[in-house]
Amino acid sequence: MAAGSKFPSVEKAAGQDSDHDDLPHESIKDAVIRFAGNSQDGIQTIGGFLARLAGRSAREVMTYMTIPSTISGGPSIFQVHLGSGEVLSPGDEADFLVTFYQHSYDAHIESLREGGVCLYDSDNVEPNLDDKRFKLVGVPITSTSIEAIGGTAKDRGKNIFVLGLVTSIFNLNRTKLTEIIERQFKGKGEDVFRNAMLAFDSGYSYPLGKIFDKTFDLKHGESKDADRVTTDGNTALAYGLIAGGVRYGAGYPITPWSPIMETLRAELPKYGGNFSQAEDELAAVSIALGASYAGHLAVTGSAGPGLSLKMEALSYATMAELPLIVINVQRGGPSTGLPTSVEQSDLLQAIYGSHGDCPRVVLAPQDVEDCFYIAIEACRIARKYSVPVIVLSDQALSSRIEAFPEPDFETTVLPPELDQEPRDGSFKPYPLDGPTRHAPPGTRMTGGKYPVVTGLEHDEWGHPTANPQLHQQMTDRRRDKIVQLGEEIPTPEIFGGESGDVLLVGWGSTWGPIREATLKARDEGLKVSSIHFRHLHPMPNGIGEILERFEHVFVVEMNDQGLYGHGQFATLLRARYCDSRIQSITKSDGLTFKIREILAGIESGRKAVPAK
Amino acid sequence: MPTATPAPAAQPEEKLTKKDLTGDHPTWCPGCGDFAVLAAFYKVLEKLQIPHEKIVTMAGIGCSSRFPYFVNSHGLHFIHGRALPLATGISLSRPDLHVFVFGGDGDGFSIGGNHLDHAARKNVNLTYVIMDNFVYGLTKKQTSPTSPIGFKSKTDPAGSVDRPINPMKKLISGGATFVARTHAAQVKHMMEMFERAIRHPGFSVVETLSECVVFYKGAFDDGNPRKGGVFEEIEEKKWDSTPEDDKRHDVTDEQNAYALADLRYPGKFGVFYEVDEIPTKNHLEQQLAEQAQKKTEGAGAVDLLKKRFSLMK
Repeated sequence: MAAGSKFPSVEKAAGQDSDHDDLPHESIKDAVIRFAGNSQDGIQTIGGFLARLAGRSAREVMTYMTIPSTISGGPSIFQVHLGSGEVLSPGDEADFLVTFYQHSYDAHIESLREGGVCLYDSDNVEPNLDDKRFKLVGVPITSTSIEAIGGTAKDRGKNIFVLGLVTSIFNLNRTKLTEIIERQFKGKGEDVFRNAMLAFDSGYSYPLGKIFDKTFDLKHGESKDADRVTTDGNTALAYGLIAGGVRYGAGYPITPWSPIMETLRAELPKYGGNFSQAEDELAAVSIALGASYAGHLAVTGSAGPGLSLKMEALSYATMAELPLIVINVQRGGPSTGLPTSVEQSDLLQAIYGSHGDCPRVVLAPQDVEDCFYIAIEACRIARKYSVPVIVLSDQALSSRIEAFPEPDFETTVLPPELDQEPRDGSFKPYPLDGPTRHAPPGTRMTGGKYPVVTGLEHDEWGHPTANPQLHQQMTDRRRDKIVQLGEEIPTPEIFGGESGDVLLVGWGSTWGPIREATLKARDEGLKVSSIHFRHLHPMPNGIGEILERFEHVFVVEMNDQGLYGHGQFATLLRARYCDSRIQSITKSDGLTFKIREILAGIESGRKAVPAK
Repeated sequence: MPTATPAPAAQPEEKLTKKDLTGDHPTWCPGCGDFAVLAAFYKVLEKLQIPHEKIVTMAGIGCSSRFPYFVNSHGLHFIHGRALPLATGISLSRPDLHVFVFGGDGDGFSIGGNHLDHAARKNVNLTYVIMDNFVYGLTKKQTSPTSPIGFKSKTDPAGSVDRPINPMKKLISGGATFVARTHAAQVKHMMEMFERAIRHPGFSVVETLSECVVFYKGAFDDGNPRKGGVFEEIEEKKWDSTPEDDKRHDVTDEQNAYALADLRYPGKFGVFYEVDEIPTKNHLEQQLAEQAQKKTEGAGAVDLLKKRFSLMK
């Protein structure tokens, strides 16, 4: 990817074996490796091992996978982008492609860059040997791995065989990988672990001299934190919620949200709480609201279809001013749509989906690491302003793996609070001139009057009223506290020059690709900068001044351009700033943005809209 | 016996009186059956002396669902049909509270019908009073899920054609562990049912026939001796080995409970079904937490997170 060798000296990591020193080594800065097979072949497992190895070798890593939305599996890929410097995207094209089947070869050979290596299972694949764009290397993966483990293992183990082969080809740290394999397989029995190691060693000792004239030396990472954690977005988000003090919640299974509820169901009891699997999405949000009303900040979540079902109860949460965390792991819509693909098309639903004037907070994490921190931020805001907060993650973030420094739990963890201090007769949950203060059940009301929380319009004491002036005042109150939050959140930093020709604007998981596109465009001499939003509603202030310093503004998002030519966040920005230069780069193919797609969008957009 | 029901306080600091419990003046129409339900609830709370701050009263939407405003306790007036899952969240996160849900037939059997089955099978510890008037009153006379065939309403001007649900059968088959039926005109019986429901550990429901004097006047006269009807109580087994006892109802006998539920209207009143040995979800969740915390030796959040993240390295 990024050109130029910033890292002159190549040092081998400790523990690195040198079995293949007879072959010359080519030093490389990063590598995009794509495994193409079927979802039941365990390619996610070995991709995950490589990602974890990167995290333990001070390297950057980003993975990308496709999952068939069928029950019994089907064609699937797992792509790992390993780099010694910053890795911002899973990679537009692969440098190294492993194909297990003919269909894998046929479907993915074009995703290999020219000059790249395609390693194919010569037991299953007949490649086009006339295709001279690529280096085609055949290894009898199936038969060799069966031979290594013994006759009964059938197809199992060939993923680990390939892992051994890749370890050898890229001179990866064999000792560390063995530890990772051991941790994964030891618990499943000695036999399983022994077979895995047989397959791994067989791949590792495969005579490379027969098929390669060189091996690759992936440079050691630059990161200061040699010992980083490696995980996916859903896991990071689930633990972020726990760190934010969430102990109760409820959900209903739906892809790609389910892994978060599975984690919370298993983990929350350790923290003294519980998570309920509800009968439907309406019950899930209601159970969570019940826990929040009872004084425990709670979570519910879903994907787009489920968020639609929760909308009535979310409107109640705004009216009653109850805190609640709602996770929406976005997928392709509308309706059942593309359940295992990515899209950012729930933004307007998240902000405006409920009936009535229903202001609420919407946040989006920018990468896997941020899934952890955005969850804590959501908890902080929900508590401080006593409001529902929706977090928009997405399918790409949910399953992709990244390495990042371990959080400092001593300073980030928020303890759960249950405030049952007695309240006296002056208690007002909704003062017109102050913050919301609920008295959870269990609180003694020494003035004698107990509060009833309602979805009807109410006065400062929470008592129902249809008084016209009060409805206006309370509407102001519910809106103004969200506006006040907008004052407190920081203006996004500009990446690139402070002014220039093009400003790219992004939110959510497009952060990496937009940043990489910005770097690439600047390398080519274009004056391109970018800003990124984590707080989508309210937006931070100070954006107008930034927009003015650029000739063109392009909002990059994975949703449709809509009837009027603008994506969902672009529509909001235009509504706020009335700036007709705000244009969109959108797409709806269910895939993450490639760098070249963003660059092409800039080029065509600049032609279509002349500078001011 | 598994129970998450906190025992009513034996000697509260201050005696809880009807006066303490009286909230807003009810907005119900004069003569509405719901007044009697409210009065009975006050009296039972007075008798049980539950600590005032531990009482939570909640409801969905409907005439009867205005109930929380009329009780001076912690309360919540929620959205249509979802009071049970809301109450589930309260009960599971705060086992120290006494959770009461009030609502009508539309809220409980129609829009909230699915939640009723699931709160029942999970045996969430709470008490649910369904004030059944066989009609939608708040929206001024539409057919309800318990309206009898032939009932003329604004949505069925020629008379209702759909078969009504059978509340007792739905509740028993749903898995509710205490199922009773009473009549708002029979205050003593109603109080007895409420008290037994509150004392029951788990999901307890009392269907209370409560007349809408505006939109379905006289609906329950057949069960009211003062209006020429018959109020026939279920005779429960006394286990006294007398020949008469053979004919009495064993409240744990599900088959006989269904037989009672199939009696011709107005049927019988009392406890149809009651089992105490099924553990509450509150208890099971508490056990899960205790076991998990025993395994981790009660480690705090910071230590648990550190340990979990060390496995991601």
